[in-house]
Amino acid sequence: MKKVKWIVGALVWTLLAAGPMAAAGTLDEVRAKGVVVVGVNPGVAGFSMPDEKGVWKGLDVDTAKAVAAAVLGDANKVKYVALTAVQRLPALQSKEVDVLCRNTTITLTRETVNGLNFVHPNYYDGQGFLIHKKMGVKNAKQLRGATVCTLPGTTTEMNAADYFRKNGMPWKPVVIESNAELNKAFFAGRCDALTSDASQLAAVRSVAPNPDDYILLPEIISKEPLAPVVRHGDDQWYDIVNWVVMALIEAEELGITSKNVDEMLKSTDPQIQRFLGVTPGLGKALGLDEKWAFNIVKQVGNYGEVFDRNVGPKTPLKLERGLNDLWTRGGLMYSFPFR
Amino acid sequence: MKGFQETASSEKTPFWLDPRKRAILFQLMTFAVVGLLAYYLTSNTLINLKKQSIATGFGFLQKESAFEIGESLIPYSAANTYARALLVGALNTIKVAFIGVVITIILGTIIGVARLSTNWLLSKLAAIYIEVMQDIPILLQLFFWYAIFYETLPSPREAISPGAGIFLSNRGVAFTVPQAHPAHLYMFLALMSGCVIVYLIRRWARKRQERTGKIFPAFRVGIAIIFGLPFLTWLAFGAPLGMNVPKLGGFNFEGGLTVSPEFIALLLGLVLYTAAFVAEVVRAGIQSVSKGQREAAMSIGLRPVPVLNLVILPQALRVIVPPLTSQMLNLTKNSSLAVAIGYPDFVSVANTTINQTGQSIEGVAIIMTVYLFFSLSTSAFMNWYNKRVALVER
Repeated sequence: MKKVKWIVGALVWTLLAAGPMAAAGTLDEVRAKGVVVVGVNPGVAGFSMPDEKGVWKGLDVDTAKAVAAAVLGDANKVKYVALTAVQRLPALQSKEVDVLCRNTTITLTRETVNGLNFVHPNYYDGQGFLIHKKMGVKNAKQLRGATVCTLPGTTTEMNAADYFRKNGMPWKPVVIESNAELNKAFFAGRCDALTSDASQLAAVRSVAPNPDDYILLPEIISKEPLAPVVRHGDDQWYDIVNWVVMALIEAEELGITSKNVDEMLKSTDPQIQRFLGVTPGLGKALGLDEKWAFNIVKQVGNYGEVFDRNVGPKTPLKLERGLNDLWTRGGLMYSFPFR
Repeated sequence: MKGFQETASSEKTPFWLDPRKRAILFQLMTFAVVGLLAYYLTSNTLINLKKQSIATGFGFLQKESAFEIGESLIPYSAANTYARALLVGALNTIKVAFIGVVITIILGTIIGVARLSTNWLLSKLAAIYIEVMQDIPILLQLFFWYAIFYETLPSPREAISPGAGIFLSNRGVAFTVPQAHPAHLYMFLALMSGCVIVYLIRRWARKRQERTGKIFPAFRVGIAIIFGLPFLTWLAFGAPLGMNVPKLGGFNFEGGLTVSPEFIALLLGLVLYTAAFVAEVVRAGIQSVSKGQREAAMSIGLRPVPVLNLVILPQALRVIVPPLTSQMLNLTKNSSLAVAIGYPDFVSVANTTINQTGQSIEGVAIIMTVYLFFSLSTSAFMNWYNKRVALVER
């Protein structure tokens, strides 16, 4: 009996001792792993998609690289985890990824009940409709009774429901989880329209068998500020990711590019000196190397370079800067002071 | 060792040497360990969720869902609650699983019997079907059927019409159905009462046959009653003939009954895949009845159909029913692959709910409970049926 009691006692004790462990900071974990684990979209051209050699490319991918450059000093120390819209938030909540750079819209619910924190947006978007040109539809109000393809678990799904409800129009959603399958169904005519963020629709059209067969309707029915996300409760990591996005914008404001960043180290402008760590302080405040911002610009570029390289007018997506231009040029990209 | 000496001196069997008491102790221990583990997991999860300030509880079920569902058996709109959305999803799963199971059993039995046919071509075709369908993963089959639908069929404006009132397009199959009429309810009631009457007649006929040896043509009379009663009701209501024909309006067909490509693709995939397994089960069942039984039945002058019905099947069913149950459960569970091709089944709706509320643990718990309920009720029914067909030993 004594022995049995002892065994049970030991078991109980082991269980209790193994209770909730104190969480180490994400920054320490990332440094220990030597790699930033980033959740990305499995395939949206221009935002995150592997190229023909299997190398991830895109605006969200470059944001992830900027985080790696700032934290580990090497933009290539990123491990990409492709997540569907439905998988992405649980993956972040359950610590499967350190940060999510996956065209995710900031909403009140996600910030509060989902236990997440969004940093500064890296792309301002809005929801639109892509339709087959031969349908002859000129605006979204003519979509009464239409069948509309959409991804599950997105703000798009709800915005579409809101839009049709507000205008008292019946419609039929076809909800398919994989981007690739969804696009195929739309191209083949299973749906009259495809709804998503306008940037994604541009991406879908760019990979269509014949891009000219499709047009974007003029209406933008929602605001979609897309931003990287981290978990609640790790303020240091939040600060880092937030200021990495800011640094991309600040570099463009200051006129620092990946090409001239080495010369800029010699600049006499105190703002630039602080930003590039010539005058130390900002890196230490974030718990990073003083060269963090220099590494971002050197290895990834500034926001304008990232935009032009992935989604700008010279890419198949042909997107204008629009809302994503600097505030000085009438856009919304506005970095907070680096001091 | 010390304990052993003590109890030995009191001349009682120590309880750890008494197998009955020892068994109780071990069961108590297992129970305690499982209980503690469950407690640990729950409390740890709750603490961690709280630390990340993620909402918990089932309160979200009463909130407005704010998303639309493509097809539904009950009235539903984005203004309804999450609870109702989940109900819509569950009903969609039941719809595809129920229809799927019925067709699968019929098709599987036909193929299983064909596999044993003495006709060389027929049995080889059945064999090829079974081998091919069993060996291709069901997800691929679903993608295949869905792609066939949207890639090969034309848009609604150029729909194919194979028969009067039926339209095939990449939006699904639109059927002409009778205009809604109060007579339909009474026709349904007539059908139901017809079934009850036929059941009673069959019982009476069997008893009479046992008593007097006279055979009553229960099958023919049964068919007459089941179809005749609703028909008479229809006539009594003045034979309403109004038809609801699907018409092309705007983007799609309006009116009539439309079956979506997603539903058809899912149903086709599930049925064709599972029927291959069911065919093998049926074949095994029939082969388990020894040849002598058939020969004995034929030698007393029974014709082939009564041989199958009275001698072979009652014995084969004992072997067939248990594995058949597991195939039915497989079909129900495989229906959750609907997410891949956009049929709004329970998992698809629950996934959306999880994503919009962020409460994955509750959501997954609901999914597991619902599937457990589906599976347990299916196997409860099949166990009951199995008991009925089991060999009664006298």
